[in-house]
Amino acid sequence: MTHAAATVDQMQPPFPAERGLEVYNKKLGMWIFLASEVMFFAALIGTYIILRFGAPGEWARPGIVLNIKITAFNTFLLICSSVSMVKAYAAIQDGDPKKMRFWLLMTILGGASFVGIQVYEYMHLIEHGFVPSGVRDGSELAELVAKGTLPAATMGLYGSTFFTMTGFHGFHVTCGVISMTYLYLTKALPGKYSKQDYGGIETVGLYWHFVDLVWIILFTIVYLI
Amino acid sequence: MTTVAATAHTEHGHHDDRSFIRKYIFSTDHKIIGIQFLFVSLFFLLVGGLLAMQMRWQLGFPGRPMPGGGILPDTMAPGGVILPEYYIQLVTMHGTFMVFFAIMPLLVGVFANFLIPLKIGTHDMAFPRINMWSFWTFLVGGIVMLSSLFVPDGAARAGWTMYAPLSARHDYSGASIGQELWSVSIIFVGLSSILGSLNYITTIINNRAPGMTWFRLPLSVWSLFITAILGLLALPVLSGAAIMLLFDQTIGTHFFDPGAGGQALLWQHLFWFFGHPEVYILILPAMGMVSDIISNGSRKPIFGYHSMVFAIVGIAFLGWIVWGHHMFVSGMNPTLGSSFMVSTLVIAVPSAVKVFNWMGTMWRGNIRFHVPMLHAVAFVAMFVIGGLSGIFMAATPVDMQIHDTYFIVAHLHYVLFGGSLFALFGAITYWYPKMFGRMMSEGWGKVHFWLTFVFYNCTFFPMHITGMAGEMRRLYDPNQYTFLQPLQPIRVFISISAFLLFASQLIFFVNFWWSLWKGKKAPQNPWEDNGLEWSLPSPAPHGNWERVPNVYRGPYEFSSPQVAEDYLPQYKKLPTDREPAAASAATH
Amino acid sequence: MHWWLPFKASTFAGPIDGLFLAILIITGIAFVLVEVGLIWFIVKYRARPGRKAFYTHGNTRAEVIWTTIPAVTMVALGLISNHYWVQMKGRNSIPANAYPIGVHAKQFEWQITYPGADGKLGTPDDFTIRNQLHVPVGRPIVVHLSAEDVIHSFYVPQFRVRQDVVPGMDIKAWFQATVPGTYELGCSQLCGLGHYRMRAQVFVHTQEDFDAWMKQAAQEASQ
Repeated sequence: MTHAAATVDQMQPPFPAERGLEVYNKKLGMWIFLASEVMFFAALIGTYIILRFGAPGEWARPGIVLNIKITAFNTFLLICSSVSMVKAYAAIQDGDPKKMRFWLLMTILGGASFVGIQVYEYMHLIEHGFVPSGVRDGSELAELVAKGTLPAATMGLYGSTFFTMTGFHGFHVTCGVISMTYLYLTKALPGKYSKQDYGGIETVGLYWHFVDLVWIILFTIVYLI
Repeated sequence: MTTVAATAHTEHGHHDDRSFIRKYIFSTDHKIIGIQFLFVSLFFLLVGGLLAMQMRWQLGFPGRPMPGGGILPDTMAPGGVILPEYYIQLVTMHGTFMVFFAIMPLLVGVFANFLIPLKIGTHDMAFPRINMWSFWTFLVGGIVMLSSLFVPDGAARAGWTMYAPLSARHDYSGASIGQELWSVSIIFVGLSSILGSLNYITTIINNRAPGMTWFRLPLSVWSLFITAILGLLALPVLSGAAIMLLFDQTIGTHFFDPGAGGQALLWQHLFWFFGHPEVYILILPAMGMVSDIISNGSRKPIFGYHSMVFAIVGIAFLGWIVWGHHMFVSGMNPTLGSSFMVSTLVIAVPSAVKVFNWMGTMWRGNIRFHVPMLHAVAFVAMFVIGGLSGIFMAATPVDMQIHDTYFIVAHLHYVLFGGSLFALFGAITYWYPKMFGRMMSEGWGKVHFWLTFVFYNCTFFPMHITGMAGEMRRLYDPNQYTFLQPLQPIRVFISISAFLLFASQLIFFVNFWWSLWKGKKAPQNPWEDNGLEWSLPSPAPHGNWERVPNVYRGPYEFSSPQVAEDYLPQYKKLPTDREPAAASAATH
Repeated sequence: MHWWLPFKASTFAGPIDGLFLAILIITGIAFVLVEVGLIWFIVKYRARPGRKAFYTHGNTRAEVIWTTIPAVTMVALGLISNHYWVQMKGRNSIPANAYPIGVHAKQFEWQITYPGADGKLGTPDDFTIRNQLHVPVGRPIVVHLSAEDVIHSFYVPQFRVRQDVVPGMDIKAWFQATVPGTYELGCSQLCGLGHYRMRAQVFVHTQEDFDAWMKQAAQEASQ
């Protein structure tokens, strides 16, 4: 092993060190960061659970306000992008940068489409009168509330939790898309990743899978239950 | 003494050609970042102190114009007389600045940054650039918080705990932008802490010098490691809560709004779920650094190193399941109160173990009373009072009487000032030579210590008494209550002591600044300590070591029979020592 | 000037003050041991030239002793405290014959609702008075706490009773006054800029006086 090569710095401390975990710094750092992300989403999801079970009335039935079909498609898209991330990772492990670039690009496109569809969904919901504070007066949904199809007492909580949870998830996806695009342009395209050095791909991949996992939980508890 | 080859000619080895801005402002060097944290958080410490002085003026001399208060606008103090709405801003901002912008960054921002790489033997943090961002997000948060004092309607008014719905609705608190800026600022603080913590944890796990095994880590590093884990997991919860609060304030969500189905107690659960680990974030690093200093000052190995480590871990673990003891009378299920009481009482045990071990360390020592040691012993003496007064609150029936009174105020100041801040004064004096290459004045350090020690106790001890009598916290004018009127002489005494306490702190600040330029040049190892950092010249150069030193033993080998001197550095190779495995395995 | 807990005027005061004293004695012993020990060590083991400290890394027996003693003490303390806690705040602690009074807290006043002649809340003969809490001596009182806006806290120091009043929650707290007289009810949770003046008078009457007052107050209220 030569000390001078940047590739070595990528994967382990650049000097003799006491045995730590057999994981290089970037990856370990990402795992630790994800632990804090777990706590962040736990706070949001925990809040949702407490508010929903302590709510002063029944919760809106799924499928009235939210469009499950389009979101199901979006979920599928995000899962596919996780798969393509795995493909990219496998490709670079095999030492095939060209294939890696292709799959990384697919992942970026998948993530970007997810965000795009989510923005479209938000605009649609707001147009119909679903906003973070509940239901906008005089809107289409306000009529449903008046008719009793939607429970008036809990629509405020519904809006608060829905937009906060999915909004922060969307923010995380956006951050992921930006970081992957950055890596694609600065590292993948110039061919800086190799069979020996693919720390960036693996690290961003971990993050991406985490974001995907959070979405599956959110989709289940917010849209389906 | 002979330095180890590993430490030699670092100054010449690294040719440092970074520009001024890269070197001192947007620096990625952990030592510079630590020093940046030091300057900024000392400034906020001063701000927090000034706010406290104004509170003490109002409590000691209610309704009288405050000297120099004329410069305040009429919305705060017309004619220098403090208004109730300004008083609750003072209460809120004093707590906020002291907890989030003074004690926490002083302990973690300064010393985790400065000490971890130096003490474990590495060139820098694992992620120097993320480390830099940790400082800058902290600074942005601090500036936002400071600016909230100057906006229309003034700063946040709901106490540093920001209980909803008072904090969530502007018509309840009377403040608007100030409340929102508080939430924004706390989100930045959370981000800063998370970035810092993931750095500290990664660095300690992966980048220790050869031979620096887990049980050769100094207790300061152990406590900073555990603190980082607490910060990593607690701060995101606070950030999440602050985000929800901000949304309630700005975009009309209803998380904490009981009128629309939200829950007022939800905020308290989220806040204290963060808040109690936070309490240990504010004390564990102090404990760790005090352990280092007491062992050094006593010239004796730390008594019960392993049990000290387990006590830190135990406190950190139990710290997650005691948050409800802030909420015994909040309307929470009383059965939950019982279980939180038990976990809270149990957490007293590792704390007691630590105190006894510090005493065990001093027992049959050869105690040197340098300024850091004075502060460290005072830490033990004062932390004991703060710890013991905590037992009163842990006992739920007694808590019913003293909750939200000055008894609590006394307790938390005995832990945060008597504990954390004394430790910090000691630690700053102790590592000052390694930061700046000069010593702080020993004589003025002692003057500062004794004045602080006396006035500190005069300020905070009587609060136990007014608290027992039932004086509630955060009252603008306790004389509104007939039964609190006879206590006014005690309040006057507290206020005068507090002014003198504040004045005494100016000695420290002057000493700090004066020594930067005029202090005695520091030798390499002024305290004759064992840590790796003392193998470096003072101040420690950029990149620390050319090649990191090998570690041959634990950090507390004082008065070892193996050598003639009364200390035996971790990096000093004795003929009987073997090279650590990692060092021989490395192919260089 | 007052150097101890406030005057005892309820049945809670005895056990709470007793527990307080017990903890004070336990912590007092620990406090004296530690501080005297520290001072003794400081004086006895101060640095002297040519002397070396005793080289030791600890003592397992000592560790076990000073872990066990605090642990046992704390658990015992927890058990005793819990005994009283259940009596004061437990789910089923409120006596069946407790006299109900409604306390509604809002920025920055206490609205006290009395049950009127029938002794029941929520009936037409209820009447409300601001900032005056009248209770009979020697009879359990249950206060039904509700809040209009933010969190307040119901606190009568002489009764040793405190309970936060949370908007959106119905919380009950009980106490039994033992000494007739006039006391103060204060808000002990920061509730806004008028927090410091959110106080009410507490009058503890003998049963006869209370009945007489009740009759008169009900009459005034109905006019």
